[in-house]
Amino acid sequence: MKNPLRKRTALDLSPPAKVAGYASLIVWAIIVLFPIYWLVITSLKLPIQVAAGPFYIPGIDFTPTFDNWHYILVDRFSDTVRPFANTIIVALCSSTLALILGSSGAYALVRFHYRPRIGVIAIWIVVILGTFVAVALGAPWPLAVVAAIAVLLILLQTVGKRFKRTLANSDVSFWLISQRMMPPVAVVIPIYVLFQTIGMLDTLPALIVTYTAANLAIVVWLMRDYFLSIPLDLEESASVDGASSFRTFRSIILPISRPGLVATWILVLVFSWNEYLLALFLSSANAQTMPVMVAAQNSTRGPEWWYMSVLILLMIIPVIILAVVLERFIASGALRGAVKG
Amino acid sequence: MSSASQDTRLESQGPVLSGPDPVSTVRVDAPAKSDWNNPRLARNLFLWPALIVVLILAIFPLIASLVLALSKVSLVKGGFKIDFVGLTNFRTLFLGSERTHVLGQAGTPTLVGWLVFLGGTALLLVAFVRTVRSRKIRPLGLIGRAVGGLLLVLLLWSVATTVLGSGGRPGTLMVTIVYAFSGTLLTYLLGLGLAVLTTQRLRGQRFFRIVFLVPLMITPVGVAYMFRMLTDTEKGPITPLWRAAGLSDFTLLGDPWGARLAVIISDVWQWTPFMFIVLLAALEGRDLETEEAATVDGASKARIFLNITMPALIPVSATVILIRLIEAFKIIDLPNVLTNGGPGTATESLTLQSFISWRGFDLGSSAAIAYTLLVVVTMVGIGYATFIIRRTHSMV
Repeated sequence: MKNPLRKRTALDLSPPAKVAGYASLIVWAIIVLFPIYWLVITSLKLPIQVAAGPFYIPGIDFTPTFDNWHYILVDRFSDTVRPFANTIIVALCSSTLALILGSSGAYALVRFHYRPRIGVIAIWIVVILGTFVAVALGAPWPLAVVAAIAVLLILLQTVGKRFKRTLANSDVSFWLISQRMMPPVAVVIPIYVLFQTIGMLDTLPALIVTYTAANLAIVVWLMRDYFLSIPLDLEESASVDGASSFRTFRSIILPISRPGLVATWILVLVFSWNEYLLALFLSSANAQTMPVMVAAQNSTRGPEWWYMSVLILLMIIPVIILAVVLERFIASGALRGAVKG
Repeated sequence: MSSASQDTRLESQGPVLSGPDPVSTVRVDAPAKSDWNNPRLARNLFLWPALIVVLILAIFPLIASLVLALSKVSLVKGGFKIDFVGLTNFRTLFLGSERTHVLGQAGTPTLVGWLVFLGGTALLLVAFVRTVRSRKIRPLGLIGRAVGGLLLVLLLWSVATTVLGSGGRPGTLMVTIVYAFSGTLLTYLLGLGLAVLTTQRLRGQRFFRIVFLVPLMITPVGVAYMFRMLTDTEKGPITPLWRAAGLSDFTLLGDPWGARLAVIISDVWQWTPFMFIVLLAALEGRDLETEEAATVDGASKARIFLNITMPALIPVSATVILIRLIEAFKIIDLPNVLTNGGPGTATESLTLQSFISWRGFDLGSSAAIAYTLLVVVTMVGIGYATFIIRRTHSMV
């Protein structure tokens, strides 16, 4: 029992405010939990019970049945497990890859001076565009790639050295981070054509690489904010002692940044887990992920709510575990550095 | 945190999208020393993998999409052919047969519509005149502001005649903007309220916090189907209420604004935890000293919140609102699943319209719509960054 005479802090509430506070919390908790409750009881209903009108309480309004769960988990086990496994693999791989690429990129942008010459950039762009055009016009793509590399090397040695104007770090970071603003729908068709040309449609690696690209911008954004707040002293003493930048990054920066890294990784994991549009375009049977499979329950007779509820509930469970872990991080203040204000 | 690093953090926080090079701000007394220690290889190896991935899967497809947007794709024997047609796709969307689809049908503005339009235009004029008078702006900035202002006036007119007009019908562009802004505003207010609530000294906060995070954990497609079940006014849970209100002849999803409301409600339900998490992290990490002092001095809770807590939250809020706003423009799963575009095209967002065009194999039109969305999002992002991020992040 708390001491009733203890000093009042800024977070204490007067009794009427306490009542209002509890009431609001409970109201929102109901708003959050009721749809999920509805999902659960729908998964326990037969089709005829769903169509006949709303029944609210199992056992009193209607008799619950586990038929739907049995169907999804037992009768259609392989059809259910494959998208589930695909989603887990793709989400884990793409978020880890995005974290590695993004945090090293963010670190580089914060600590190293880059002076990319505009001439060099222009040459790269022209050559790669030329490759795409050549392939589109019918050249076999291995040949086009080799020719492109040759042309690139020649041009870089000669013309590239003549233009000296340079960009700065902030331009590169701006460019990387502004990728977030791009709606995926603008690029998904050419990506589809790209994977179709090299025969990688409907494969997991294709999805992993695409998700990584989609999430790289947010990793760079968040980790750059995070790295900016780390004081230089540790790295300077490390370099005085003769450590290379790789060593510094691996042994000093990464352990310090663990809260930020973990928070970003979890965020990207959830994004990849729920990604629908890219999976819709780039996968069909083998690499199908859960969101697409859930949406595919829409049959010609209308959505099969009972099966869909089971699938949606199956998708939630791993993520709820993650949420509990995440809440511990927030409470311990470990995320303080990850989200900068 | 020491005040020295605090200063560098604030200074280099700058506007995310432009401003002083953070490297030169942080490394005040160590000019390029790191450069000599690190061979070129290390520097390139850190950055190039990320750049290559983004180049191949984001930039070049973007250029390819532009080509598609400027051409007409048709099926021929053995494949398809692409004909360059210039701006025809865009012309069709904005001036031709798809005009009412994208821009909507203009009605006559109601009183509220006129108020919004005239009031908004007046405010923009005042702001513009002030910018001109201040003489701190370069010609390019002035042109940018003029163009932006003009577009905003057109937007206000569109709002007045379609959303707030009688006989008007908003097109997909307007609907997308409505979704994005109303969704972001509502989720922010709710998230803020919940974050403040869960940091008070009440019982069971741990439980409430976990519960409040749940909506974000359900896949968006799942949320969409869930709300389709819930908003079904014939066999969903709100049916008794609906019938009691005498509305049994209508369905929520059959009315244009009812369907849009359903989309917005689902969007808010799903994304409030995002705002909640970020604001909670910011609130948890704050220093309670000033607030404790104010409480001892007898300040009311409202006062403390408005004058101490909120100002400290403004930078985080500005960033998180930007993130959510940009994401909100890309909404597709909710309108697709909930209403398949709505009664007619009432709930169609721009991404959904692009998807439907793609499904109908009109790749040129699909890419053109996608590019329209890209331009809108870029303008909103840059406008927001210029006007809000710069102010909030430099005045903490």
